[in-house]
Amino acid sequence: MSRAHDQGLWDFWFDVVRNLFGWFRAVGHEFRTRRGRFLVTALPMLWLGLFFLVPFLIVLKISLAQAVFGQAPPYTPLIETAADGAASLRLHVSNYAMLLSDPLYVSAYLKSLLFASVSTVFCLLLGYPIAYGIARSGPVARLLLLVLVILPFWTSSLLRTYALIGILKANGLLAQALSAVGLAGPDFALLHTDIAVYIGIVYNYLPFMILPLTATLMRLDFTLLEAAEDLGAKPWHAFLRVTLPLSMPGIIAGALLVFIPAVGEFVIPDILGGPDALTIGRVLWIEFFTNRDWPLAAAVTIAMLLLIVLPTLLFEYYENRRNQQEAEA
Amino acid sequence: MKRRPHLLYTAMVLGYAFLYIPILSVIVYSFNASRVATVWGGFSTRWYAALLDNQQLLDAVQRSFVIAAITATAAVMLGTACGLALSRFGKFPGRGLLSLMNSAPMVMPDVMMGLSSLLLFVTLQQAFGWPDRGMVTITLAHITLTACYVTVVVRSRMAGMDDSLEEAAMDLGAKPWRVFFVITLPLIAPALLAGWLLAFTLSLDDLVIASFTSGPGSSTLPMVVYSKVKMGVTPEINALATIIVVLVAVGVSIAGVLMHRRKDAG
Repeated sequence: MSRAHDQGLWDFWFDVVRNLFGWFRAVGHEFRTRRGRFLVTALPMLWLGLFFLVPFLIVLKISLAQAVFGQAPPYTPLIETAADGAASLRLHVSNYAMLLSDPLYVSAYLKSLLFASVSTVFCLLLGYPIAYGIARSGPVARLLLLVLVILPFWTSSLLRTYALIGILKANGLLAQALSAVGLAGPDFALLHTDIAVYIGIVYNYLPFMILPLTATLMRLDFTLLEAAEDLGAKPWHAFLRVTLPLSMPGIIAGALLVFIPAVGEFVIPDILGGPDALTIGRVLWIEFFTNRDWPLAAAVTIAMLLLIVLPTLLFEYYENRRNQQEAEA
Repeated sequence: MKRRPHLLYTAMVLGYAFLYIPILSVIVYSFNASRVATVWGGFSTRWYAALLDNQQLLDAVQRSFVIAAITATAAVMLGTACGLALSRFGKFPGRGLLSLMNSAPMVMPDVMMGLSSLLLFVTLQQAFGWPDRGMVTITLAHITLTACYVTVVVRSRMAGMDDSLEEAAMDLGAKPWRVFFVITLPLIAPALLAGWLLAFTLSLDDLVIASFTSGPGSSTLPMVVYSKVKMGVTPEINALATIIVVLVAVGVSIAGVLMHRRKDAG
């Protein structure tokens, strides 16, 4: 990694530590001087602290316990009190050892990344022309086309995924259409294959790709394209050299909005995929609901936190920093 | 020079067809008299009638709407406080933490939010005897998730807003809470409506977090739908999906018109 990268990481930790140290003094000051503001800030702070931050400490704790079946809750306490009152702390790292040693978990993680990245590429390929068309149409048509993209986003993703079953199953709409033109038999089915999962993710997340792309393309100065063509550039050449580089911020934003939720997706691979479409989200679900192994499910959660959420947050942190620096420069 | 890029039009038509054919097929088949979903057996509304006879489903619908309404209302209050703090208070201790805690739930996979919320509720239950798993726990988890989305909506509205009115009121000696209720609140009202709708639909759609945090006898609508879907295509679900799609389309259109009117009037 480059030096700038290391620098950013140190700055990040420096911020964290400095915030922690200055915390109590500053909070006290805030409370004494600006009580109204303090209360407005304290409400969401306490809520998110209790219902979002604390849960992850509990998850960490339980991931170090061991599953015990047939009791509630189904795991061992970390601190055991012996008969003589002496308390002893018992940490089990066996759950994490399991995640590393059983190839099931590593392959589930890789499969999730594969599903998410391939789907992101297809979202881009399908979404770019739509976004381009929306950005270049007149104001009335643009509004209508945008509403048509946003509308599916408001309806339940579970129901939209369900809608695909009727299309992809044997004797479904796709099979009937293909057999009508003689390309496949009527029992042709994509349901319960990896392809169905790809179609499901693209179908569900396409609006997330189109919206930021449209926003970027609408701000694009199309006279640049005309200039390129006046100077003799072929349309495709002008597109590759002018439009595509200028729409990069939209492409990155759209790709993140598709990729990040797609990695942890549960519903789509569960409903459309076969038994081997085992993503990390499905593994967590199965450990919890089917195997009832809460500590292992907690360990999977911690692994997802480290492997999916933390990189995302760090990336966002750097992006914001870079944008701020660019704005200042 | 106006060229007609046929390739572009073809791609757009295909894209919109891809977005809408599955939904339209569900709507069409919801009026299919035949139980076999892919055979057209004539027009019928029998699946809508069957829906009304399904008490389990109706209970779940009612439960989901109650949860979504409470969630959306609480999330708007929480998200407004959070958005106000992050966009108007400048630097304050814990700003970075608040901002992080606010963006993290949105990049967090549902399964993680679900499991961590459940483990919190189980721990609280052991320690204090409250809350029992059910509608209360689902609602609490939903508020946490959706408030973050409301914050984003409120923040973006405040960022695009001229704050000179607020400053003028302050200069004229209005107390901060008065400035908020008399000036800021009416100005951000469209964002609050949008945030409320967003929180409502997110809560209504959620399967994963609800499955983790619900208790016996408190299945929400998506949980009932999921258990039916796992058994294959059922015509009742087609009818249900049609009703929900129509409701959402009408609701979003009305909200859109309302917000558009306000913008024109203001």
